[in-house]
Amino acid sequence: MSKPQLAPKEDYKYGFHDEDIINVFKSEKGLTRRLIEAMSAMKKEPEWMLKIRIKALEVYQSKPMPTWGNVQLLSELDFNNIHYYVRPNEKTEKDWKDVPEGVKRTFDRLGIPEAERKFLAGVTAQYESEVVYHSIREDLTKQGVIFLGMDDAVKQYPDIVKKYFGRVIPTADNKFAALNTAVWSGGSFIYVPKNTNVEIPLQAYFRINSENMGQFERTLIITDEGSSVHYIEGCTAPTYSSDSLHSAVVELVALPGSKIRYTTIQNWSNNVYNLVTKRAVCYADAAVEWIDGNIGSKLTMKYPAVYLMGKGARGEVLSIAYAGKGQHQDAGAKMVHVAPHTTSTILSKSISRDGGRTSYRGLLRVEKGAEHCKASVRCDALLLDEASRSDTYPTMEINEKNVAVGHEATVSKIGDEQMFYLMSRGLKENDAQSLIVNGFIEPFVRELPMEYAVELNRLMQLEMEGSIG
Amino acid sequence: MEENILLRIEDLHANVEGKPILKGVNLTIRDGEVHAIMGPNGSGKSTLSNVLMGHPKYAVTQGKILFKGEDISELSVDERARKGLFLAFQYPLAIPGVPVSKFLRMSLQAVRGKEVPIIEFRNNFKKNLELLGINDSFTGRYINEGFSGGEKKRHEILQLALLEPSLAILDETDSGLDIDALKVVSEGITRYRTEKRSILLITHYQRILNYVQPDYIHVLAGGRVIKSGGKELAAELESKGYDWVLKESEAATPAKI
Repeated sequence: MSKPQLAPKEDYKYGFHDEDIINVFKSEKGLTRRLIEAMSAMKKEPEWMLKIRIKALEVYQSKPMPTWGNVQLLSELDFNNIHYYVRPNEKTEKDWKDVPEGVKRTFDRLGIPEAERKFLAGVTAQYESEVVYHSIREDLTKQGVIFLGMDDAVKQYPDIVKKYFGRVIPTADNKFAALNTAVWSGGSFIYVPKNTNVEIPLQAYFRINSENMGQFERTLIITDEGSSVHYIEGCTAPTYSSDSLHSAVVELVALPGSKIRYTTIQNWSNNVYNLVTKRAVCYADAAVEWIDGNIGSKLTMKYPAVYLMGKGARGEVLSIAYAGKGQHQDAGAKMVHVAPHTTSTILSKSISRDGGRTSYRGLLRVEKGAEHCKASVRCDALLLDEASRSDTYPTMEINEKNVAVGHEATVSKIGDEQMFYLMSRGLKENDAQSLIVNGFIEPFVRELPMEYAVELNRLMQLEMEGSIG
Repeated sequence: MEENILLRIEDLHANVEGKPILKGVNLTIRDGEVHAIMGPNGSGKSTLSNVLMGHPKYAVTQGKILFKGEDISELSVDERARKGLFLAFQYPLAIPGVPVSKFLRMSLQAVRGKEVPIIEFRNNFKKNLELLGINDSFTGRYINEGFSGGEKKRHEILQLALLEPSLAILDETDSGLDIDALKVVSEGITRYRTEKRSILLITHYQRILNYVQPDYIHVLAGGRVIKSGGKELAAELESKGYDWVLKESEAATPAKI
């Protein structure tokens, strides 16, 4: 088979940006205490939140940069060259008509209002630092489901927010969690009351528009006993020659017998650093599923975690990562079995092409007393050419005897024989290759709602096109 | 050029990883003919089928492969397929996550060079599943994944039936089949055969030739066709083995048709 040629990723169709946006406020580059005080004031936040922020800023400044992962790429990001707070609007609108014209046009192009009409129960649309549009179906509100932008939740439901904010991911957990806690803005807040099932997905969409932008949304989801929700997030940004930073914190609390499915299709442009902390606590007989797709960004460091706190709790991470030229997807999962009779599954699939790099970095920990738990970890990597790279960094800490743990890792190259077989049926080289790639990620795609599955397959097709001369 | 010649192989030499395997193969197949290539293990039978289809691991170092009057030895695998060449694999590979029906529709569209309406495809697909005694659940399964040996071979013949190539190269399609499966597969091959469509049947055993009657039989040994004859040659090989042909050819020049 002729070798795939190295081609730039020029098929990113979300790389456009709006010129005519007039922001209400755009901070100077760099992060200062004064900026945090100013943004807190603009948001008319309660004092307790400002205190959390100021403390977090100190933690952030005192913590060193990670010394693991892609240290080289991390060192290239200039934190002083980032706008940490950009306020495009005065308030969150409930009607697309009221959203500023340029911003609305962007979301139209991204297909968000259309998706909302067709198959979503609620939408949060964030532009730069703020949620510009938010909706939830009335019947859900009547059932007591709360779905809000995080800033509004701080004001409207301070008791719930205070109870859980920063409890799953403490400020000092890692440098970027501290950064987010200091300068967070936007994101979603969801509370699902007891025994309530939200059958139709809720979605958040995150859009960066400015160059050198920093986006720091904060999301908190709580499902009360016996309830369930499916939350989906997507994200894109314009392509610029200089870097942007996205650093989110997502905390999930699945109370006994409840279920959260959290689906991400991350498709940032290739100048975005995506340094995200995601963690769930999962109580007795509850389930948390992270369905995590990473297609875009320059460097992603993200390891969704589930802490299995109660008997019968179940955690799952199903992820795919795609790395093309200049990209490094350092992704993985963490499962911590605290209680007995808990179950966890990790299935990680990665594809590297054109010198792209994928890493699986995972933790499986079984704590003393977590007897009879079951855990399985499987990582499959697919390399499309010699220039690409994939590594696995699995860590296992098993402190209990009576457990069933399985681990399997495979690295394969698209074989000449597979290509020969498909091409002998008349398929062109790039069609054959994308068929193999689509087959490889099929276990992930089949977990997505149909509309997203179609979109993801199409996205991967675009990534494959033009890769072969 | 002679009438009705579908494939003409002239003095074909080919290497695999620098090692010469084919050392001057000559063969002519006309429209509608069935040719069987027999020979001992390691004689170059599978190499010949891979070289004809254009496997990148094999390099043609000398000679020509004329298909429909055109030398195809420089064409890519998919171009050859679109010209009407087909290879039924001896060991078809699994391709996880790719549903059989999706693959077959894509293939059909590729060889026809145009869109195939889903309804037409479905009807055609269903009809052929029934003819080959393949269970309906096949549709949603992934290419060759978890298939039994027999299912893999039926799947190959299913593709043959759908794609309707001009020349089908069947590489040891009979190997590993029990007698019932062999019958079904042979019937599939026979249905495919018309006065326009030809078959190059590569086999180690005479068994399949009881079901798919060849017009010509060639013995391949040491990378050359050392003997050719009619279907009676099969019975002779069956009773005497290959040794006598090998001995006979030692003194003689390579056989030509």
